[in-house]
Amino acid sequence: MERLRYFSEVLTLELIQEKCNNCGMCVKVCPHEVFEMKDKKMYIVGRDFCMECGACKRNCPQGAILLDVGDGCGCAAGIIQGAFNGTAPSCGGPDEGTCCN
Amino acid sequence: MGCSDQKCGCENSNELVSLQLKVPANDCGCQTTSDGPVPTSKRYIIGSIQTKASEIPQISTRLDWKDYLGAFKVRWGIRRDYYRVDPGLYAIGIPNERSDVFVTANYKFTFDLVRKNLFGMNAWLLVLNTKGVNVWCAAGKGTFGTKELVRRIQLTSLDKIVIHRQVILPQLGATGVAAHLVKEASGFTVIYGPVRATDIPAFVQANYKASKEMRRVKFDWYDRLKLVPNDIIYNMRYLLAMLIVISVLSGINTNGYSIQQALRNIIPIAKIVAAGYIAGIVLTPLLLPYIPTRNFSFKGLIIGIIVSMLLFLNHSLDGSLIVNLAEIFFISSFSSFLAMNFTGASTYTSLAGVKKEMKIAVPVQVIFTALAVILLVLEIAI
Repeated sequence: MERLRYFSEVLTLELIQEKCNNCGMCVKVCPHEVFEMKDKKMYIVGRDFCMECGACKRNCPQGAILLDVGDGCGCAAGIIQGAFNGTAPSCGGPDEGTCCN
Repeated sequence: MGCSDQKCGCENSNELVSLQLKVPANDCGCQTTSDGPVPTSKRYIIGSIQTKASEIPQISTRLDWKDYLGAFKVRWGIRRDYYRVDPGLYAIGIPNERSDVFVTANYKFTFDLVRKNLFGMNAWLLVLNTKGVNVWCAAGKGTFGTKELVRRIQLTSLDKIVIHRQVILPQLGATGVAAHLVKEASGFTVIYGPVRATDIPAFVQANYKASKEMRRVKFDWYDRLKLVPNDIIYNMRYLLAMLIVISVLSGINTNGYSIQQALRNIIPIAKIVAAGYIAGIVLTPLLLPYIPTRNFSFKGLIIGIIVSMLLFLNHSLDGSLIVNLAEIFFISSFSSFLAMNFTGASTYTSLAGVKKEMKIAVPVQVIFTALAVILLVLEIAI
């Protein structure tokens, strides 16, 4: 299947190679194959496919990944809900249960 | 939310919880009080396993008709917020102190999917309290997170139940869980498994290595189709709001207001609203990769224009040419708005991207709607 892309120009993902110890954790957690290990060194190979879920940043023990994860998911309904409630993007519903599947 | 949370009201619920499920006494079971009722039927519990720490409920890996009915219902958005299981540790087969520990969310739909795919294994299933939300969304919110995982490992005395020190998490939980921090706080190593529960047997067979294929999130035609029923129900409020507002306004005429006129207009208006609804909620998601532009709202706009033009060419739109034009503007704008809301259900949009999209899309939708209104005012005035 063709890989779906969204806007890549607003993405904030960056890998600081001086900090990276090439442990490979980011490869394991990324749902969109953004990272790849080549010759025991880590590279960003699919930046356009990044959805800023933040899994790599959270699991990087070296703090080598820069990413502005933001406050909420890539969800227009959540942003609208948040705007109505005057809060950050939220899914609404009882204790935030009605979000995406 | 910890048990110390004031909203929890745990003090009244201890007895109830201990009767329902043998959770460790120090787990006040906030989930039963603050998170709404949990399903009373626990047909999936088929026995119990005695361990050094406590008696662990043993669960079936076979789903019965009620599980499938429940899955069908939540797909249609029926009582979806209350489809949950009690957090805690469960036994699959006859696990021992060397058996694997899999971790999942307490959304019953997810829980069912996982236990079904653990068929034939002897393993432990650690269910986190994600307030009935699936793994990925909960991880995004942090409820499927480092804190809850560490807390649940401690509450269940997992270190007394197994002698190894590793837990297997669904890969999508990584958004909320920092593996190195879990290790620091609990001594347990986090192993990220596959994205999909159906890959668990292959993952175990491959010596706990998730292949590239297992790690990739997909969003194919069938994945999108499965989301349609829930979106139809979830967005019904917009459909009804549009129907009511436009019908009421349609009673306005040069002589003032006519209720009869408004009532007469309900059916034709329902047709227009439904066209926009189907374009935005059914057609756009299904045709997603084939519609040009990456922008969801423009995809919806394009489908809305196509649908309304087809209706126009088929002479299915009521009223004069001016009214028809207003209808085309309205259908496209409504479809665009609904398609924009599909960003959250998709698996590849970023928050920054959606914000960028909305900056352009919302004004376009407003302008299209305004044009529709202006045309209708013209129609009345002329």
